Amino acid sequence: MRETVLEVKGLRTYFYIREGVLRAVDGLSYSVNKGEFVALVGESACGKSVSALSIMRLIPYPPGIIVGGEIIFEGRDLLKLSEEEMRSIRGNRIAMVFQEPMTSLNPVLTIGRQIAESLELHRGLEKNDALVEAANLLKLVGIPDAERRLNDYPYQFSGGMQQRIMIAMALSCNPVLLIADEPTTSVDVTVQAQLMELMNNLRSQFGMSVILITHNLGLVARYADRVNVMYAGRLVESGLTDTIYSQPHHPYTVGLIASVPRLDLPRQRPLYVIPGLPPNLVRLSPNVCAFAPRCRFAISKCTEQRPELEQVGDEHWVACFRHQEIPELTAMECER
Amino acid sequence: MTGNGYLVEVNNLVKYFPVLAGVMRRKVADIKAVDGVSFGVKQGEVVGLVGESGCGKTTVGRCILRLYDVTSGNIYFQGKDITTIEGEELRRLRRDMQLIFQDPYASLNPRMTIGDIIGEPLLVHGLSQGKEYRQKVAELLEIVELEPRMADRYPHEFSGGQRQRIGIARALATRPKFIVCDEPVSALDVSIQAQVIKLLKQLKEELGLTYLFIAHDLSVVRYISDRVVVMYLGKIVETADSEELYTTPLHPYTQALLSAVPIPCPEVDRSRKRILLTGDVPSPLFPPSGCRFHTRCRLAKDECKKKEPELREVGTEHWVACHLV
Repeated sequence: MRETVLEVKGLRTYFYIREGVLRAVDGLSYSVNKGEFVALVGESACGKSVSALSIMRLIPYPPGIIVGGEIIFEGRDLLKLSEEEMRSIRGNRIAMVFQEPMTSLNPVLTIGRQIAESLELHRGLEKNDALVEAANLLKLVGIPDAERRLNDYPYQFSGGMQQRIMIAMALSCNPVLLIADEPTTSVDVTVQAQLMELMNNLRSQFGMSVILITHNLGLVARYADRVNVMYAGRLVESGLTDTIYSQPHHPYTVGLIASVPRLDLPRQRPLYVIPGLPPNLVRLSPNVCAFAPRCRFAISKCTEQRPELEQVGDEHWVACFRHQEIPELTAMECER
Repeated sequence: MTGNGYLVEVNNLVKYFPVLAGVMRRKVADIKAVDGVSFGVKQGEVVGLVGESGCGKTTVGRCILRLYDVTSGNIYFQGKDITTIEGEELRRLRRDMQLIFQDPYASLNPRMTIGDIIGEPLLVHGLSQGKEYRQKVAELLEIVELEPRMADRYPHEFSGGQRQRIGIARALATRPKFIVCDEPVSALDVSIQAQVIKLLKQLKEELGLTYLFIAHDLSVVRYISDRVVVMYLGKIVETADSEELYTTPLHPYTQALLSAVPIPCPEVDRSRKRILLTGDVPSPLFPPSGCRFHTRCRLAKDECKKKEPELREVGTEHWVACHLV
């Protein structure tokens, strides 16, 4: 039995806005094992980032509030901790890397100062020791000439280098869990490859678990052990990476995978198109399948009841009333 | 230069942006955004222009559209040199060449209704007015699969994908022959990306358009383009038929670029050879000597540091700029 590091159970994070209640995350459950690379996949506004911020307890209140669920991390429910207890976990046991390094780094502090800050705070290092350690961390993430660059400011680094610095900061306290929220969307493909390799190597080196939040299905295929597909605040499918790509059981997963042009397939292969737009989460009724309006296989039941996650195979869960038929019905799209 | 089937041709295009400094705003250096680029786009063809940020791909597109004045080199449209035309002649040319922008949020005026946005080119060029104008706007909306009754709404009422459709409708208003698509889908979600790519492809067939498709996503470029041009730091490093470029890339940069794109299928991806480039793209202010890629090339030899490789034909319509090929 592998050790579970994080368990999210029935997480619900709502935003109370003028238009009504926005159920950004509405009953999300998944777990992350030690050393595991888990991907959280979905399109904008599906709740993937909000769910990560909920784990970190960084949901801005008002208007946002975690209304229910449990987040069990190392045996404790993070939602029950005091703010002070939470501060000893945030950035220490659980670290996070954000999408835009330029807005996450403080522009008026040197890189050395920023990395040293968390070392002093969480690991209680002296100022000079912290700077030495900061230089080591920069070396670890592949920044050349580390000692000298401690005195540089964020703008003196390229986007890829800034993201490396963010990773160095995240690693500064040997976290058990690293949450990376779209860490490579603002960089070029060659730099993306470098950053992902770096994160993956560090994961094996330190035995941490990684949650990668992304919409890039290629990255997921390459790095993730397990995939959680989100739609409108809930999981629609969850399973081991190979299973999800070879036998997707949810029409949304099938559509997502088939709608990306692939370098290895004939160019003439027609692209699958999911019609319509993602739902407005304020107006969405919580008692229907949120994907039904865009689903080719929707039946009347889909607009009357909400499908719950059902186990369909070894470590494979799907929330769809017609999951048994979907692989057959979508054989065309899944064809290679 | 005429009669070779090219709708658009670029010959030795150079575009430098001056760097000004000091109280006198004197020129202290040049950013060599595009440094000697030549290629052609045939009638009815889609040419993909790929490369990383700062490689000059957007600048090439804007030079062709005459949104930038070139530093040197020539641009031909339908066999005619348009590099320096001005006034009424240039205005008329703009009807035939349009641009689709990357950011659907920044490229639509928030204070105009989408009907006015789409119809503005018609008024500017005096192409229609009155009842006919309303009808044309409605038609354009239908072409991009939006409803004509939406014409009175404002951009903020639309999602990213819908806004990109509005941008496409505006580009189509003057019935152009040639459209530069500058990263038209990179700001969109996966499922919406597929919708817009499909629409662009369909419009190209139906209206007989010719595209220059600028993007950094190689799988999208391959999908839509007949031919692909790969740029690195203001130079073309390789160009070939899109199928050929992807099956037999010859330039080490093209190979690295392709291998950096993960394939959304774990089995296939695991079996691929991976080349990891080190470092970032150097500054176009001081591009490396010789072959500009030599600082990141795993195969670089002494020759590469000294001599700049020429773009030469190594197969049918397959051109490479590398000493080692």
